[in-house]
Amino acid sequence: MGKVGKPEKLIENNKRLDGRGLEDMREMSIEVGVIKKALGSGTFRFGETYALSAVYGPKPFHPRFLQDPQKLVLKCKYTMAPFSTTERIRPGYSRRSIEISKVTRLSLNNVVFTEDYPRTGVDVLIEIMQADASTRCAGINAASIALADAGVPMKDLIASCSVGVIDGTIILDVGGIEDNYGEVDLAIATVADQDKFVLLQLDGILTKEQFMEMLELGKKGCAKVYEMQKNALREKYQTGDLDDTE
Amino acid sequence: MEENKDTESQVLVKERELVTPGDVLATGLDFLPSSGCYRENNKIKAKLLGLAKIKNRFIGIIPLSGVYVPRPGDGIVGFVKDMQSTSWIIDINSPYDALLVLGEAVGEFVDITKRDISVYYDIGDVIYAKVLNVTKSKHVQLTMNDHRAKKLSDGRIIKITPSKVPRLIGKQGSMIELIKNETKCQIIVGQNGIVWIRGEKEGLATRAVKMIEQESHVSGLTDNITELLQKGE
Amino acid sequence: MTLSNYIKKLVEEGSRIEKRRFDEFREVKVEKGVIKTAEGSARVRIGNTHVIAGVKISVGQPFPDTPDEGILIVGAELNPIASADFESGPPSEDAIELARVVDRGIRESKAIELEKLCIEAGEKVWMINIDIDILDHDGNLIDAGGLAAIAALLDAKIPKYEDEKIVKGEFIGNLPVVDMPIPVTITKISNKLLLDTNVEEEDAMDARITISSNKDNNLCAMQKGGDGHFTTEELEKAVDLAIEKGKELRALLT
Repeated sequence: MGKVGKPEKLIENNKRLDGRGLEDMREMSIEVGVIKKALGSGTFRFGETYALSAVYGPKPFHPRFLQDPQKLVLKCKYTMAPFSTTERIRPGYSRRSIEISKVTRLSLNNVVFTEDYPRTGVDVLIEIMQADASTRCAGINAASIALADAGVPMKDLIASCSVGVIDGTIILDVGGIEDNYGEVDLAIATVADQDKFVLLQLDGILTKEQFMEMLELGKKGCAKVYEMQKNALREKYQTGDLDDTE
Repeated sequence: MEENKDTESQVLVKERELVTPGDVLATGLDFLPSSGCYRENNKIKAKLLGLAKIKNRFIGIIPLSGVYVPRPGDGIVGFVKDMQSTSWIIDINSPYDALLVLGEAVGEFVDITKRDISVYYDIGDVIYAKVLNVTKSKHVQLTMNDHRAKKLSDGRIIKITPSKVPRLIGKQGSMIELIKNETKCQIIVGQNGIVWIRGEKEGLATRAVKMIEQESHVSGLTDNITELLQKGE
Repeated sequence: MTLSNYIKKLVEEGSRIEKRRFDEFREVKVEKGVIKTAEGSARVRIGNTHVIAGVKISVGQPFPDTPDEGILIVGAELNPIASADFESGPPSEDAIELARVVDRGIRESKAIELEKLCIEAGEKVWMINIDIDILDHDGNLIDAGGLAAIAALLDAKIPKYEDEKIVKGEFIGNLPVVDMPIPVTITKISNKLLLDTNVEEEDAMDARITISSNKDNNLCAMQKGGDGHFTTEELEKAVDLAIEKGKELRALLT
C-alpha cells in the first residue's frame, strides 16, 4: 500500500540518511566560464545535483514586434538531460520544465538592470546534468553565476536553496531520497543574503509556524550559497596583479 | 554587512580591486555612481563583475566581460550589412546596429536618382568609423567625417571581447605599438572589439592579440607578448 | 500617467480602483452541475472573471509505482475567448502554471482518496481529469480556477463499471473527496498586500503569492509569481490572509 521502497526512518539520532545534520547542506561547488562559446556560463552543484547554465546576450531581440523599446527581455529555458535521472526522461520540455523556466526567469528579472539594454534579449539556458533533488535551486544558482560572467548588469546575485520536512522535522537542502519520501518541500531564492524572496514554491501540509521556521532556515542556506557564489566569481580572475593600461 | 554609520562617506575598495555584482564600493552621499555602478540609498554598489575605478567622486567599474555598447566618440570597425536609398546599416558587433547616413559618409553632393550609393560602400565592406551619437533607446549613428575613418581592404579581421580593448592598446598605446613594430603590420583596434590587421606577419600579430585577450588579467603579460613576438613566425 | 502607475498611486494612498478594501473579494458565485456531459462540473464567477471546471472520469492503467491508486490530472486552458491576450495553440506557461498550482493544492492536501479509486490493482484504476476552462479574464484566475476545480470534484460521481465497460448514465456514488483546499492569491502593489486583483491591478503588481490551505487551516501549497519580492513579514501576513479568506470561500462550497 502506498509508495514502494520507503526507508523506515529518514532521520535517526538527529542524523539524516547521508550522515548530515538537520541544518547541514550538501557539499557545494561552482565553476565559472566553463562554456567558451557562451558569453557567460557557470555550473552549480549541491552534492549529486549538478546544473549547468549558459547565457547568450544581450543580443537583438527577435521577433522584433515583441521587442521592448525600453528594456532588455530575459528568456529562460530550463531542461533536464535525458540521463540526469534514474529513469531516462524524454529530452526537451515538459510541463514541469516550462513552469520552472517561468519561475526562474521571474527570480532573475528581479535583479537584472533591464533598462540598461533596451530592445535586446538575453537567453538564459539551464540544463540539469544530474538530478538528486533541489534541481531548480541549483539551476538558479548556476544562472546567476552565468549572468555575472557574461557581464549582464545586476543589482546582486540570486541565491537559492531548498528546505524540507522529513519525519516531522525541518531540514535544510533536501536530497533525493528526502524529496521522494518527505512530507514538505520548499524551494526558495533570495536576493543575495537579504530578506527578499524572489522564488517560493511549497508542497506539503504544514502549519503557519512550521512555515515561518522553514523560511528562517532557508535564509541561512541562501546566505551560504551567496557566499560561495561571490568567492567563485572572484577566484576566476584572481591571478596576480594587472599591469596598468591607462 | 556594514553595521557602522552609513552616513559617513567612505570608499570601501581599492583602485582596481576585483568586485562582484552587489558589492558595496562606497557609502555616503558624496560619491556618484558612474558606468557599472548604481546607488542604493546611500551606498554605491557594483552592477558588474569587474575592477573598481575611482576618479574623484565617481566610482565606476571596468567590466571583465560583456557586449559592446557604443558611446559617442568611439572609433569602431564595422561591416556594411544592408543599405537603403540614402543610408547604410552597419554591424558593429553589438546588440545594436548602427546607421550611417549619406550626409555623414560622403563629402560631395550625390544625386541619388542617378547614382546608387553602393558605389561608395557596398554590402560586405569593412569600415573604420566614428560613433556620432547614441540615443536613449540606443539608436546609433556613425560618421566617416573623421581623419581616421576609411574603408578597410585586404588584411584580416579578428574579434576580441570588447572589454579587453584597453589592454590590447596598452598604456599610451604601448602594447599595440609593440605588436605593430614587431610584425610590421597596420593594426586598427575598434572599441567594439573588432581588430583589423594588414601587413607582413599577420598570423603572428593575430596570435599576439589572442594571447592578450586570454591573459589580460594575468601579470607579466607584456613580457610574454614580447617573447612571443621575438620568437617570430 | 499610465493606468498601472495610477493604480499604484491609489494603493499607496490606501484605495483601489473599484473602491474595495484591500482584503475584500468581488462577488463570488459558485454553481455546481452545469455541464451535463461531465461527471462533475462547476461554474465560478468572481466579479467579471468567469471559469468553468469539468471533471471527466475514465478507466486507465495506474502508474507503476502506485499500482493501487487512481490518477489525478489537472489541465487548464486560457481560452482565447477570455481575453485579447490569450492565444490559441499549446498551453502557455501561464496556463501550465495555473494547472500545476491547482493540482498541487488538491494533491498535497490529499483531498481525493486516490486509494479508493482502484478497480483492479496493477491493471485498472479510475482516472480523474479536471479541466479548467477560463472563459472571461478579469484577474484572479488561479483562485477562480482552484475554487471551480474543488466544486467540480465535490459535484463528481463515479460511473458504474460492469463487464469491463462504463455504464452510461449510471453512477455508484460520489467521488471520495475529503478535503477542500482553497487557493488564495495575495498580490503586492506599492508594498501593500491586496486580495482578488482584477486584470488592471495585476498589470500593476510587483509580485503575487498563491497560498492553498485545507479545512484544518493548514497550508498545503504555495507559489510565488511576478518578478518582485516578498519579505518574511509580508509572507507571514499573506499566510494569515490566505487562511482567513480560505475559510470564507470554503463555506461557499457546502
